Amino acid sequence: MALLPPKNRLWWNEPLHRMEIVWITIAFLWGIAMFSTMIWWHIYGEQNLSNESYRILPDVYAERVDVMIDAYQVGEDEFGMPIVRPPVGSDIYLQARLWDWSPILELVEGESYRLHLSSIDWQHGFSLQPTNINLQVHPGYEMVVTLTPNAAGEFGIVCNEYCGIGHHLMTGRINVLDREAALAAGMQLAAGE
Amino acid sequence: MASIAVPGRQVAEERFRTCPDTGLEVHAKAETLIRVNVLTAVVFLAVGGLFGLLIALTRWQAIHLLPAEWFYLLLTAHGAAVLIFWIMFFEVALFYFTSAVVLNSRLATPMIAWVAYVMMLVGALVATVAVLQGNSSVMFTSYPPLQAAPHFYLGLILFAVGMLLTCFIFLGTLVVAKDEGTYEGSIPLATFGGLTGAIIMIFTLASGAIILIPTYLWSLGIISTIDPLTYKLVWWGLGHSSQQVNVTLQVVVWYTIAALVLGARPLSEKVSRTAFLLYILFLQLASAHHLLVEPGLSSAWKIFNTSYAMYLAVLGSMIHGMSVPGAVEAAQRRLGHTKGIFGWLREAPWGNPAFAGMFLSLVLFGFLGGISGVILGTEQINILMHNTLYVPGHFHATVVCGTTLAFMAMTYLLIPIFFQRDLAFPKMAKWQPYVFGAGAAGISLFMMGAGTLGVARRHWDITFTDALISFDYPATAFFMLGLNGLSALVAAAGGVMYVVVVFGSVFAGKRRTAAEAKSNPIAPGAVALRTYGSEGTLKLPGTIVLVSVFFIAFALYYFINWRFLAGIWTMS
Ligand code: HEM
Ligand SMILES: [Cu+2]
Ligand SMILES: [Cu+2]
Repeated sequence: MALLPPKNRLWWNEPLHRMEIVWITIAFLWGIAMFSTMIWWHIYGEQNLSNESYRILPDVYAERVDVMIDAYQVGEDEFGMPIVRPPVGSDIYLQARLWDWSPILELVEGESYRLHLSSIDWQHGFSLQPTNINLQVHPGYEMVVTLTPNAAGEFGIVCNEYCGIGHHLMTGRINVLDREAALAAGMQLAAGE
Repeated sequence: MASIAVPGRQVAEERFRTCPDTGLEVHAKAETLIRVNVLTAVVFLAVGGLFGLLIALTRWQAIHLLPAEWFYLLLTAHGAAVLIFWIMFFEVALFYFTSAVVLNSRLATPMIAWVAYVMMLVGALVATVAVLQGNSSVMFTSYPPLQAAPHFYLGLILFAVGMLLTCFIFLGTLVVAKDEGTYEGSIPLATFGGLTGAIIMIFTLASGAIILIPTYLWSLGIISTIDPLTYKLVWWGLGHSSQQVNVTLQVVVWYTIAALVLGARPLSEKVSRTAFLLYILFLQLASAHHLLVEPGLSSAWKIFNTSYAMYLAVLGSMIHGMSVPGAVEAAQRRLGHTKGIFGWLREAPWGNPAFAGMFLSLVLFGFLGGISGVILGTEQINILMHNTLYVPGHFHATVVCGTTLAFMAMTYLLIPIFFQRDLAFPKMAKWQPYVFGAGAAGISLFMMGAGTLGVARRHWDITFTDALISFDYPATAFFMLGLNGLSALVAAAGGVMYVVVVFGSVFAGKRRTAAEAKSNPIAPGAVALRTYGSEGTLKLPGTIVLVSVFFIAFALYYFINWRFLAGIWTMS
């Protein structure tokens, strides 16, 4: 029993029972299968993080966000948050700060964008809903990931890393236009139908 | 019952008594330390559990009990009080139990054990006070640049140093026992598990020191910045490895209870011990699976470290997941419960809270905690779940359904053994594992459910009433949080029952006499079984069915989550 010394002092020389061998083999192979699945998904799956990231000073990042906003702003919401419609395929910037996500980005369904994410103060959590994409946002690090929205509509951004007393106020939005609306608005689309 | 002969005992002045229930030689000083550490742990569980209830009632939007500041404050206090203080004080008791008591030895340096206790207690109180003062609502993870008051970090450091001392006392006791020849042959499995826990704990606390000491200096203004990513990498060396200690000691408790109650022996010492070794060997960068959606770390690094460091440790748990129910089935069959595939299970001592708690812990930990943990730790699937309520859902399944329930069950044996009291309110004790287990399973499942719908963890208001840009989570998410609140009430009721039974028994329970140990044994297994060794070959169809069901559930749920992932925006 577990509270007494093993009968066989050389416990590592004991034979294995068949049931044990079978289960250990299954469990081990299952581990290998799960390991391989992650690699397989990197090759064939369509939801992977890039390995692209940079160190960046918060004010340098804030400046890049401003440059993009200046170039492509199309309006603002009722509280003065800029609404930005960057060209399809371009580099787009989202800034996390206590306690908002700026700007509101307008993207087009089926088009790809290089999304840059960083914080200019504390850590925040980028949680895009309802599609359910959750990424960690650090100050001093810029993450780049190529995103392709698969549906039109309004998507909420929630902060899901605790960032102080205003944490639950920290929201943002991404609008995804459907392709007709984008064409009607005179946008150039890259992806073919 | 015959007591074990203790050849060559040299330290004559140490006081020992023979435990009438287990036949173990109990060192008086070790016994006092075990009592004090257990009771301290229970107090922290009571306080922290109350905080947990208040938090859960706040996340139930229809009630939304606490104001925001109090929610974040008590969430920090809850994490620290239960995850760190409750569990670790109890683990100190288990360290002393699996070394001194199980080996019939004296405890090495009881004086230092008291120093360790005082350091841990003062550290825990200082950190708790810091949080309650209001300037340290940084969550127990305290990710910089979020900063707490300096004494918050200082309290944690003090606590950790005390805990480190207890690990060395554990190791010292092994040396003493060997020198004084208090046992023959190799150390018993429970001690082997304790040793595994102590080794991992030392690694854990070293990581903690490496990161918390600079963070403390930073909070004092002596260091100007702490890199947030480096902090997380090292902090999770503490945060995750300590969970591996919890798993290890919880498995020790499973084996111990099965042995004492049923006389169960491991199917094979070799397999069970190798499974413990896997925990030590494959833990190094276990922090990796907390960093799967972080910038600055490559996929290759993430996959490699989650796979070798995690799947091989998972292998260890899957082995215990077979060998513990296997040991129970074998023991039951030997005792004559041989009807059909599951006769042994139906006829198990379900009215004994130690056994019931242990078996519920085993099943809930495996099915809810184990499976969800592996899913969560899959590189790409983590995108769906990182920092959602799925995460607390998962770890309430491991650390509440698993560890806490196991430790509660163990308490029902520690009270008669070390306090020499019968359980007060035996009816209440009998129901306690079921009530607490149901509540804990509920909070785990419903938080996982809400998390699957994307609901953020550590979040005061998911209606976003005061936020400038609003967003609506699906109605089902609110329903899940309501069910979570209800389950929290059930879990809290189970918690109160536990605390009442513990303090009732310790202060007012009937004194347990040697005669009673005979007529009303709490450890019939120990009486039935005084032989060494592993279980021989036995046919165990019940265990085969159990692990097969487990494996199928695991595989199905794994693939379902890949399907979920395939539905989100494409990203590369
Ligand atoms: C009555 C029993 C309990 C209830 C109702 C409960 C409920 C909760 C709830 C609702 C949360 C907050 C989730 C969130 O908003 O992020 C939480 C967090 C947590 N709980 Fe519990 N809990 C209980 C017992 C425990 C126990 C026994 C442990 C540890 C052994 C534990 C460990 C934690 C930890 C570590 C956190 C995370 C804190 C953080 O995010 O910083 N809980 N609990
Ligand atoms: Cu934030
Ligand atoms: Cu936040």
